[in-house]
Amino acid sequence: MMSIEPVLFYIFSTILVIAAAAVVTVRNPVYAALCLVLAFFTCAAIWLMLEAEFLALVLILVYVGAVMVLFLFVIMMLDINLARSKEGFIKYLPAGGFVALLIFIEMCIVLGPENFGIEVTGEPLKHAADYSNTKELGVTLYTQYVYPFEIAGALLLLAIVAAIALTMRKRPDSKYQDPAMQVAVRREDRVRIVKMATEKKQ
Amino acid sequence: MAFEIPNFTPALPEIFLLTMICVVLVVDLFLTDKNRSITYLLSQATLLGAAVLTVVVQSAVPEYTFSGMFVNDGMGTVLKLFIYLSTAVVFIYSREYLMERNLFKGEFFVLALFSVLGMMVMVSANNLLTIYLGLEVLSLALVALVALNRDSSISSEAAMKYFVLGAIASGMLLYGMSMLYGATGSLDHTEIASFIEQGSTDDIVLKFALVFIVIGLAFKLGAVPFHMWVPDVYEGAPTAITLFISSAPKIAAFAMLMRLLVEGLGGLLVHWQDMLIIIAVLSIIAGNVIAIAQTNLKRMLAYSTISHVGFLMLGIIAGTSDGYSAGMFYVIVYALMSLAAFGMIILLSRSGFEADTLEDFKGLNQRSPWFAFMMLITMFSMAGVPPTVGFYAKLAVLSAVVEIGLVWLAVLAVVFSVIGAFYYLRVIKFMYFDKAVDTTPISGAYDMRAVMSANGVIILLLGIYPTGLIALCVSVMP
Repeated sequence: MMSIEPVLFYIFSTILVIAAAAVVTVRNPVYAALCLVLAFFTCAAIWLMLEAEFLALVLILVYVGAVMVLFLFVIMMLDINLARSKEGFIKYLPAGGFVALLIFIEMCIVLGPENFGIEVTGEPLKHAADYSNTKELGVTLYTQYVYPFEIAGALLLLAIVAAIALTMRKRPDSKYQDPAMQVAVRREDRVRIVKMATEKKQ
Repeated sequence: MAFEIPNFTPALPEIFLLTMICVVLVVDLFLTDKNRSITYLLSQATLLGAAVLTVVVQSAVPEYTFSGMFVNDGMGTVLKLFIYLSTAVVFIYSREYLMERNLFKGEFFVLALFSVLGMMVMVSANNLLTIYLGLEVLSLALVALVALNRDSSISSEAAMKYFVLGAIASGMLLYGMSMLYGATGSLDHTEIASFIEQGSTDDIVLKFALVFIVIGLAFKLGAVPFHMWVPDVYEGAPTAITLFISSAPKIAAFAMLMRLLVEGLGGLLVHWQDMLIIIAVLSIIAGNVIAIAQTNLKRMLAYSTISHVGFLMLGIIAGTSDGYSAGMFYVIVYALMSLAAFGMIILLSRSGFEADTLEDFKGLNQRSPWFAFMMLITMFSMAGVPPTVGFYAKLAVLSAVVEIGLVWLAVLAVVFSVIGAFYYLRVIKFMYFDKAVDTTPISGAYDMRAVMSANGVIILLLGIYPTGLIALCVSVMP
């Protein structure tokens, strides 16, 4: 009897490949972002089948839930000139297509079953129901991989510093309120009593 | 699961640096523009402290910690010390330049120190993951530095090119690394090396991984045919940043080549040797020939960097201990020369004026004979004319290549460095035989002029007595 797993795998991977191809080929950038969401979803499903439950859920929560939503916002906010981004597409298609095809064929040769087939790598380990994927991941991450984990933390701090350094600017013409000054204001600052002679009606 | 607390001592310099980055970041918040020099002094003190710690924790035999992800060995110590030195010199050279251009801000120092951290991680990496993370810290900090002058469109364009091409290169490198993991089942350099030693080197997956890794590395090094970003970034970035990019990160790039190709994939020498030969030959040819056509000094030096990267690879191509130490000697010497050359552009620049065209060097001898002489030494050294140190650097890598029987490669490299001598000599001709167009006296702070002079004198002195530095490079190679 054939198990359900290969069937599910082929369904998900077919959708994944089609969605990934659509990301770079569809005309509308909003559709492209949505196709990327679909690709993430199916990818998460495949990870789930590999018993990487935590990573699969994180992929959906972080990438689909947060990153892609932001992406969609950015795409909708910006006025992207589609005609310009497609400029020269036909001109570069033969060379680019040829190189892509070449790399594709090479990848097919290298990544085929003789190198990565189930006979070579062995069947993935099956774990019991009480096996906690999250715990294992956490233990490895905070013990064996603590050094790369810390560097990744430094990288995030750097990203924040860089982003603020490049985008924050104090504009001299921007108007803002300073509550301290508002509270400390005195009558003399606001009202000026001007003595002037009475005007006569002409 | 039993877990041993890792030994933190070998990584003390990195820990100290990261702590000090946070301190600089916070202290800078409370400073006004008038007191910004405190940030500068604090950054210099940080580099000094890291250098002291690096010397204190050095170890003659390789010392591994953090589950084998971090290695502390002689090569790492020496390269780290030269990274601190060149960064400190960059800070000294660029202080006035940045002040005049309103870029003398805390961010500059924080980002530069972050990139030093990335370089240190790369230098000490013994794992694919750490080498990649170190590289990302370095690249991200450099991209932000290039774009720091936000109102300049040429800087933004340069940063964009650097970022996009850097991302492509990272993608290539990561794909190669994932293949390597697929083939060997490990991210650890030591384990990968022993896997390759046991198995056959003809594994097609390993070769496939190697191609992507070499392409990624060539992109990051700026070697032909992956060099397109180098001239644009060098020209577009503020000169102080170009000075930085062209010095310390080259030392880190050498460390990356050593850690990844030699220590991790040393068993595949026969395969990456051929790939690197092609890249090195193309770099030496294209770098030297295209540099002749440049009128902008920064672009010219960018193409000269490309050819120097080719020479640097020659040492690694040799695949012998002599070759590696020659490569290390070359990269240290290159960093020194690059500091002197870009430092001179900064010295001649002033508020609202960039001395980055060849014309600006016309008649420098009349304006300042001493600094014209310093530039003369630097240019001679870059061209490889004795008795400057550049000659010994070229000699060392060439003799390493000749030793393994690749005489044609050495001959070709010599022929093209003679062609390359043309554009270095042209600068000298402009300085000594042309009349000065611009007769403003050379300004510049005293510390900068002193370090600049020391820099030039060291290039000359190392050329007369190169044995000390060569012996140091030989002693730290396995």
